[in-house]
Amino acid sequence: MSALKKSALIEAHKRAGARLVDFSGWEMPLHYGSQIEEHHQIRREAGMFDVSHMVVSTLSGVGAKAYLQHLLANDVGRLIEPGKALYSCMLNPQGGVIDDLIVYWMGEDHYRIITNAATREDDIRWMQQQLEGFEATLMEQPQLAMVAVQGPKARSAILEWLSDDSAREVATLGRFFATEVDEGFIARTGYTGEDGFEVVLAAESAEPFWQAMVDAGIPPCGLGARDTLRLEAGMMLYGADMDTTTTPLESALGWSVALEPAERKFMGRSRLEQQKAEGVSRKLVGLLLEGKGVMRSHQKLFVGAREVGEITSGGFSPTLNRTIALARIAQEVDAGCEVEMRGRRVPVTIRRPLFVRDGRLVE
Amino acid sequence: MSEIPMELKYSKSHEWVREESGVITIGITDPAQELLGDIVFVELPELGSEVVLEGECGVIESVKAASDLYAPIAGEIIEVNEALIDSPEQINEAPYEAWIFKISPASGQGLEALLDAAAYTEMVEAE
Repeated sequence: MSALKKSALIEAHKRAGARLVDFSGWEMPLHYGSQIEEHHQIRREAGMFDVSHMVVSTLSGVGAKAYLQHLLANDVGRLIEPGKALYSCMLNPQGGVIDDLIVYWMGEDHYRIITNAATREDDIRWMQQQLEGFEATLMEQPQLAMVAVQGPKARSAILEWLSDDSAREVATLGRFFATEVDEGFIARTGYTGEDGFEVVLAAESAEPFWQAMVDAGIPPCGLGARDTLRLEAGMMLYGADMDTTTTPLESALGWSVALEPAERKFMGRSRLEQQKAEGVSRKLVGLLLEGKGVMRSHQKLFVGAREVGEITSGGFSPTLNRTIALARIAQEVDAGCEVEMRGRRVPVTIRRPLFVRDGRLVE
Repeated sequence: MSEIPMELKYSKSHEWVREESGVITIGITDPAQELLGDIVFVELPELGSEVVLEGECGVIESVKAASDLYAPIAGEIIEVNEALIDSPEQINEAPYEAWIFKISPASGQGLEALLDAAAYTEMVEAE
């Protein structure tokens, strides 16, 4: 374990009894006792995650916007209000997904970008390479810590913690907006389907903030719960639900691809247009099972004797008290599907890849 | 620190075993439930079925993985803990109270091959 990177909150995690595991080369909390309890805590009240393993970068320069309009499948040209966030895939020339990310336009020529820990090296190499010909500077900010406070009570806890001036400003943030205040960078975004904030702070400010949240009744929650929350909320996990061999159109992420305006030639565009013209042969769907058992990644799906796909993310949904999954299957399959779990084939319902909203099953 | 009660016997597959008036009661240990994480489903062995020594009899499914249960002794399944169907988390909360099934041993079968608390503790620490 000694070779793993540690966040500024590692001692706080140990004190709280965290079960620490390797998350993309970082020693991070899987849970602090029960990942199911932590999941319920976020949906019902609030909890917080140390997400310092994620990569925070800043981008500035007169060519910053043009660079992002070339680099990303979604269009930062849609960001017309400072502080607004945009979810996008970053594609390779074959239209495959290199990573998914959130980019915030902070006004003028400044952007903040948050990318995944698992893809850090590949992302940096690719993004720096793609800067060629654009007048812009991209800098990783490894000295920062990041905490996601999520749940119905998250917002009031954060506003309470902030100074009066900062609170006044953060109180005006709509969903998917961010602002920079004295305490740090505060974004009303998250990976759980609940309201809340992601707070980026200087590493030395992380422990005092963490403790302040604990004192305010916001308990720490592990990355195990974060994964079941995002699965229920229909949010994709890079590396599992999509990767360099899948396009956004095969990953239920077509909504995040901006083909208009047609003049915007972004990386991977031509392959996506070709795929659309030919017809997309695979799709990402949600799966729901009645009865016992837990669906797991890589379990195969069948219609009769024909193998039609496999599970990309599977698990137990604490909110629905049953197993749910995301799967990539042949485009034309809508019904009659079975999943092979531990040697047995069991009927499964195909549905949209979003399961829970406002604490309930969404049809 | 895991709890490993002195008065019980243990299998290499992390079951605990209690013998009372010829009836063998089986559950899984504290180290086992720790390792599994939150338990979400229990497939109980079939009531009345015959099991062989170390035969598969039931499955415990956690958020992390599915894990088979093994019979620590040959015999007949005479009782199963149906409460675990609706509340499998009892195994995490109180592993030595949340028994899973009971066996009436086949004649001539004994518990000599099982580990005592000290030997099981040693086994767990070595893993």
